[in-house]
Amino acid sequence: MSVKSTSVKPITARAPSFLQAVGAVVRKDLASEFRSRELLSAMFLFALLVILIFNFALELNARERGEITAGVLWVTFVFAGQLGLNRSMAIEKDRNCLDGLLLAPVDRSAIYFGKMLANLLFMLIVEAIVLPIYSILYNVNLFHPGLILVIILGSLGYVTIGTLLATMAVYARTRDILLPILLFPVVVPLLIAAVRASSAFLQNLSMEFVWPSLNLLIVFNLIFIAVSYMTFDFIVEE
Amino acid sequence: METKPRLLTILDWSSIILFLFATGMVFIYAPMEAVLGNVQRVFYFHVAAGWVGMVALGVAVVAAIAYLRTSDRKWDIIGLASIEIGLVFSFINIISGAIWARPIWNTWWTWDPRLVTATIMELIYLAYLMLRQGIEDPDRRARFGAVYAIVGFLSVPLSFFSIRIWRTIHPTVVGSSDAGAEGAFDMTPRMLQTFFFSLFVFTIIGIDLIWHRIRLGRLEDDVEQRKMQVMA
Amino acid sequence: MIEVRKLIKRFGLKYVLRGLDFEVEQGEFVALIGPNGAGKTTFLRILSSLSRPSMGEVMLAGYRLPHQAAAVRSQLGVLSHQPLLYGDLSAEENLTFFGRMYAVSDLETRIGEVLELVGLKKRRRDLVRTFSRGMQQRLAIGRSVIHDPQILLLDEPYTGLDQDASSMLDDVLKAVTAEGRTVVMTSHDLARAADLASRFDILSRGVIAASALHADIPPDGLLAFYRRTINQEEEPALVS
Repeated sequence: MSVKSTSVKPITARAPSFLQAVGAVVRKDLASEFRSRELLSAMFLFALLVILIFNFALELNARERGEITAGVLWVTFVFAGQLGLNRSMAIEKDRNCLDGLLLAPVDRSAIYFGKMLANLLFMLIVEAIVLPIYSILYNVNLFHPGLILVIILGSLGYVTIGTLLATMAVYARTRDILLPILLFPVVVPLLIAAVRASSAFLQNLSMEFVWPSLNLLIVFNLIFIAVSYMTFDFIVEE
Repeated sequence: METKPRLLTILDWSSIILFLFATGMVFIYAPMEAVLGNVQRVFYFHVAAGWVGMVALGVAVVAAIAYLRTSDRKWDIIGLASIEIGLVFSFINIISGAIWARPIWNTWWTWDPRLVTATIMELIYLAYLMLRQGIEDPDRRARFGAVYAIVGFLSVPLSFFSIRIWRTIHPTVVGSSDAGAEGAFDMTPRMLQTFFFSLFVFTIIGIDLIWHRIRLGRLEDDVEQRKMQVMA
Repeated sequence: MIEVRKLIKRFGLKYVLRGLDFEVEQGEFVALIGPNGAGKTTFLRILSSLSRPSMGEVMLAGYRLPHQAAAVRSQLGVLSHQPLLYGDLSAEENLTFFGRMYAVSDLETRIGEVLELVGLKKRRRDLVRTFSRGMQQRLAIGRSVIHDPQILLLDEPYTGLDQDASSMLDDVLKAVTAEGRTVVMTSHDLARAADLASRFDILSRGVIAASALHADIPPDGLLAFYRRTINQEEEPALVS
């Protein structure tokens, strides 16, 4: 029984490239999630429940719906997303797998971007299921390319800062209640821009009403990505 | 144990005297505003408190960046001190604003950009304190606090802009109650003097309180260290 | 292989390591023993680059921590009492993931070898969640050597294992360490340490209080050596 490789090529332990490392983390998260489906199903069910509750709480009727659809959708995404973010980082922390990740010879930001992209994919998957269901339930057409662009941009900004803060939250004693308290005040500007842009697209307003919000969304994404990239190291180091 | 610095004692007394003086100016020296009446006098301390509340967050961010660069506990103590003092002043700012708004806007509260931004700032201050409370390891607590102070600091102006842009483009809101428009007034020279004096006085009070809080943090550390020496 | 000079680590105001010196030659198997709270785990976390030294020098495999952490990590295998594996992935998938994180060449062949080594070939497609504690720990060994590291750091690897699992772990560890790897293991199980290690270092109050080669300690003499060291360090009344 030999530990050294018996294959012809000797084992060479090198460091993977940045993209290889990001890819490995994303693939790991997807494989794990498609096996258990606990994160996606929880997010999806929660999203449905939120929509259901809004229906009764706001007595959504045909006329009012058009104007508040954007708001209802984004609140749903934000709540469901928060659930997913918490779970995604808890999986890493519970069995201390985060240590396993940090032991790899890769830049810490590769781990961050891997987790962030996986979280983004989970969120987009849930949104892709929720959108048609909402369309059917309320008989509105949500398949507007502009709206889809806004959803992608908004979700990207949300998981960017969400992954960073969720990593902090899982270290805390109060982790489950902490994430929304940390996250929501910080994402308010992003959320406002996303809701406004979505609403403008849904009401078929001309682009001059959309651009300010869209520009803001892009700026937020850039700022959030830059800040997270620069600070993630400080969160996971000890 | 370090003794209280003389400069701090001087600052204490000047804070008290200046504050009494500023109060006098607000109520006696400054003239009554013709349209808004006496309630306008809230404005001087209202803006001054808001100013200190905002600057404190700025100080906390500078301390946060310094902490992340040096890992020197001193910066963590300064950061926490300014967040706590900033929280109190922002709260005074919000409450005094509501007192002003009730007679002028005929409501305690509106969702105007400034008000929402102030609220978000207050929530970020509170979230910062909750985050710290949940973390046992002091180094980690300091690092997380620093990172959150930076993230929160960025989101405050962003909130302001995103609400403003929306207000100015949204078709149903344009032309209706603009915050600046309703309840605006021109300041007479005496009002201006009172205004700037209040800003100055509140800045002094803010510095004084933050200094006290920093000193308290250092004393806490000192006690902790002595405790460990006894136990070791 | 490992060189530590005047290492200090503190958490907040609390000093855990107080100027620790430590040296390990290539191929040595060092058992770090010491009472609870002596700083064993902290020390190992610093060696494994998970924790930054507050002061002092740490060199592994010719690289300096924390600045050359990435280079050090590619030469390091770490095994703790937690397996650091993903429950919802199979044994094979776990190894694939960690292999990718170390850019292991010819990964499939290597995974086959590693599974063979830890005796989990038959269960390679089963979810780690369904494994017993002992099997998880064996797979964790596989994870820690997948990239053929020069240095192995073991932090209480026997915690929570029953008799059978422990002796199986013994066999695997002996195989893994037989080929000139440098090993540092913390343990509070003296008998186990006496069996495996070539050198014993006693960590007490944040420094290495004593060190002895396996050859210099008479059989069953480890406990006496340990007691003697600890008694010099602390008040006799404090030793239980």
